[in-house]
Amino acid sequence: MIRIERLTRKIGTIETLHEISLDIRKGEVFTFIGPSGSGKTTLIRLIDLLDSPTSGSIFFDGQDTSTSESGRLVIRRRMGMVFQKPSVLSTTVANNVAFGLKFRGVDRTQIREKVRSALDLVGLAGFEDRRASTLSGGEMQRVALARAMVTEPEVLLLDEPTANLDPVSAELIEDLILRINKKFRTTIVMSTHDMIQGQRLADRIGVIMDGSLVQTGTASEIFYQPRGRDIARFVGIDAITGGVVTENAGGHVSIRVEEVYFEAMTDLGKGRKVTLYIRPEEISLTPAAAVPIKSSVRNQIHGRIRKMVPFGPFVRVSVDCGFLLTTLITRRSCTELGLDVGTEVVAGIKATAIHVLPDEGMKTLS
Amino acid sequence: MSEITDGILQAVHLIVTLDPEVMQIAALSLFISLMATIIAALISIPLASLIHFSDFYGKRAVIIIIQTLYSVPTVVVGLVIYLLISRSGPFGFLGLLFTPEGMILGQTVLIIPIMTGLIISALNGVDRGISDTLIALGATGPQKILEILKEARYAILSAVVLGFGRAIAEVGVAMIIGGNIRGDTRVLTTAITLQTGMGGFGLSIALGIILLSVALIVVVALNLITYSLSRDAQWIMGGTRG
Repeated sequence: MIRIERLTRKIGTIETLHEISLDIRKGEVFTFIGPSGSGKTTLIRLIDLLDSPTSGSIFFDGQDTSTSESGRLVIRRRMGMVFQKPSVLSTTVANNVAFGLKFRGVDRTQIREKVRSALDLVGLAGFEDRRASTLSGGEMQRVALARAMVTEPEVLLLDEPTANLDPVSAELIEDLILRINKKFRTTIVMSTHDMIQGQRLADRIGVIMDGSLVQTGTASEIFYQPRGRDIARFVGIDAITGGVVTENAGGHVSIRVEEVYFEAMTDLGKGRKVTLYIRPEEISLTPAAAVPIKSSVRNQIHGRIRKMVPFGPFVRVSVDCGFLLTTLITRRSCTELGLDVGTEVVAGIKATAIHVLPDEGMKTLS
Repeated sequence: MSEITDGILQAVHLIVTLDPEVMQIAALSLFISLMATIIAALISIPLASLIHFSDFYGKRAVIIIIQTLYSVPTVVVGLVIYLLISRSGPFGFLGLLFTPEGMILGQTVLIIPIMTGLIISALNGVDRGISDTLIALGATGPQKILEILKEARYAILSAVVLGFGRAIAEVGVAMIIGGNIRGDTRVLTTAITLQTGMGGFGLSIALGIILLSVALIVVVALNLITYSLSRDAQWIMGGTRG
């Protein structure tokens, strides 16, 4: 649906986007995730043809978008856009939703009908005559969504649509995005700095860091097999560095880190220096005294709890095993197992839960 | 002090009895300043839009020049226009000197800078997100400008009201270009100047009160017009302004 080729944007001498190439498929939900300031907004604005790239191209449905301003308007009118901060005009909700139709010269009776059903879609039926500026942030964002959807766009762009909202309003918007995708088959391109949201909504995710698209894949590819330490850190995985492959038997390897041996799966050969990535919630903890002698879990690593930090309904437990292992345990099991700082524990990790990458050395991005 | 109370009483008397000469002066004042305001608004709104919505080298300098012209003395505008339209001036053939039309011209020139400058400020006051939103909704350039002007309507109204206030209150242009000819180009401000010079303080105060009453009527009317403009935007659902 949208093909992006070597897209670069510079402001002065600063490159805000660097050589981005990407294909967004018809009907999918594609999410850009990345830290604030990484270039997500810049990219979404370029896709909506609000700004022009310094170099590179964007093709919309096979059509080159670097054309005359009137040609760009025709393409832009096939898209809808919701901004991070909803801007409503100082008039009624209905008039706000009607703008796109008014600009396209739709007649009044049709406008009335379409505005009504768009407001119905976002759960704001009956809000027609309210002043838009009196609405709450979440309601305004739903007006913005209705306003974008009323023109039945083929592509809906959303730039951090829930970043300024409370969790309940955010969930409502997320549900709407999914519903729109299912009901109208609208291709959805959104950005978020919330990786959980990315995971929940996206068919595919593109990770943007420092203006570059560093990884594209499904949520589980990004979350379980991050391609580098920075991406790993962003998706919540601490790297274990300094590993060396000591044995490789058909992809089944043994890796030594400090004095500890891990069993894992990788094609990297004997002698290679590697970094290990383990999702914290994939690690189980058991007090050392209570470990069953036989277990199907291949890696049983002894250590001592160094630090415990509450994390919502979870506790982030750092275990010192010669290196630091970060795990995520529910509060309840923490209490039940009697875990505390200083407790001797055994960390259980399945061989398949360990993601092995070649050592990056000191540099941060490949 | 008694002049002021006398003046108030006299003003009431003049208004109640609809004194023909005072009514004629007030009507001429209103006509000249209102015409100047309308013409200036018709020039200032497009001019301010042009300056605000286009990017060009020296834009900042243009805005500074406009703002400096806020301070131009009315007598200087009067003098310059006088020289341009007097018999020997380049536009002398138009025969505008000592006519109401000449006074309209002078007041228009006088208030264009302040109106244009304040309308530019009004447009700057509209959130940048609005402009992006309108473009993203598929507005053409003119559609976007029209909606942003509507969004800034109350601030634009203030600019127009201020322009009218400066026009109806000024003496310099009216005196130099109009000449304060009784029954012909005499307006409220020049009449006040004359009466004060002759010691007719009571009548001067009365004329001042009448001037403010005229201003009140105009400001209320302009507010009603702007209000109905925003109601005009209600056509879709036929709803009321909440």
